[in-house]
Amino acid sequence: MKIVISLLFSLILFASCKENKKQETTLPSNSIFNLTSNWKNQNGDSLQLHNLQGKTLVVVMIYTSCKLACPILVAKMKTIESKISRKDIDKVSLVLVTIDPKTDSSARLKEFAKTNNMDAPQWVFLTSNEEATQEFANVLAMKYKKISPVDFSHSNIISVFSPNGQLVSQEEGAIEVDNVVSTVHKTVKESK
Amino acid sequence: MKRLILYKLFGGILTLTFLFSCNKQKSDVASNTASIKVVSDSIGFISANVKMVYIPGGEYKPFYGSDSVRVTVAPFLMDERAVTNKEFLAFVKANPQWRKSNIKKLYSDSTYLRDWPNDLTLPENANPDAPVCYVSWFAAKAFAHSVGKRLPTLDEWEFIAMADDVSANARLKPEYSNNILDLYLQKDRQYRAVKQSKPNYWGIYNMFDLIWEWTDDFNSILTTNDSRAGQYEDKNLFCAGSAISSTDVLNYAAFMRFALRTSLKANYTVANLGFRCAKDAETQK
Repeated sequence: MKIVISLLFSLILFASCKENKKQETTLPSNSIFNLTSNWKNQNGDSLQLHNLQGKTLVVVMIYTSCKLACPILVAKMKTIESKISRKDIDKVSLVLVTIDPKTDSSARLKEFAKTNNMDAPQWVFLTSNEEATQEFANVLAMKYKKISPVDFSHSNIISVFSPNGQLVSQEEGAIEVDNVVSTVHKTVKESK
Repeated sequence: MKRLILYKLFGGILTLTFLFSCNKQKSDVASNTASIKVVSDSIGFISANVKMVYIPGGEYKPFYGSDSVRVTVAPFLMDERAVTNKEFLAFVKANPQWRKSNIKKLYSDSTYLRDWPNDLTLPENANPDAPVCYVSWFAAKAFAHSVGKRLPTLDEWEFIAMADDVSANARLKPEYSNNILDLYLQKDRQYRAVKQSKPNYWGIYNMFDLIWEWTDDFNSILTTNDSRAGQYEDKNLFCAGSAISSTDVLNYAAFMRFALRTSLKANYTVANLGFRCAKDAETQK
């Protein structure tokens, strides 16, 4: 009799376990939100990439002390932002990720944002540590190397991600701003 | 009577077991919902029985780079051989998220562990002691974490690669490059067991004769060395132009390695691309 009772008890426990197991994330397996590295934005808030979920993302990697290639990339991001229709702009985040986390603190990113008139809510600046930065660069298939105490060489890529973190398109090298803008509009439309 | 007690005991143990397994699952779920898993945080540790060799480091002239500055490599520890099929199997057993059927597409292309018939079985005829291949950079990095190590940097790897079996830097010997090229020419060498050939000067095995290897910063090669120099891309490595920024034009084998590295993305898996692990030297004297 006792055995039966304990067996039953076990079964009940077992069943309750099963139920618990069901709770799982529904992120697509190729979503960048699967990365769980820790980041800080320009306001000093800690976040993980999945906190950006729900908006179409335009992503670029830069560093603020860069004098040559990055200003062009930043200017392109600003052009893209200005060309996104105003009715869609609250469905888009423009994300600038630093490849120089040692120099680019939250405060420094904040200052950079201000100087460049990029302080509207759609602008997100992110900094982390070197390992997370390298991992993120590899997710974007971006190459970079520290070439001196202040400078990096890096490939120039602007990527668009859907609101659930899937890569939609990448523009590399001579980036066509209009291509990025039309991809953004299309992505926003499709994810409505 | 005795028998009844035994039964009771058995029942009790059974209940306990279920309780335990339940607890374990619950904690899994808790970590799942708290956030999606971090690569490094969720790694189950496994033990690795591979000898690590102390490399004192030193200055070296990187093969590629227009600066031709000498780079200082700090002392480090390097696995004497590549990670094997058997070891990678132990890793996926302990880390279900890195099994063939579970791996996130973000971390690997579709040929991950291509020849494994299922999650926990090595390919038929595969030598358990042969290097594991068809693994992405993300997977290699996760494995290294699981044994408390890291991937070697490109400079560390190339520093060791300068050695032949009698000297630490054999680059100037004409036969050095030729020997490597002869090895590169052999087919299907990735199926052979590790440590069957002679170690090099440092006591490190199979730098050239079995597989290509991932390095931690494989994505740091910009063939023009500077994105500001213009829109030259990988093609520079394949045409004569590359010779300008190479410091060692005779080292054709190194050209091949660097060409491969620039063509890789972190989620790629390749038939003869595996890895070995390294470690900072501070942790051990």
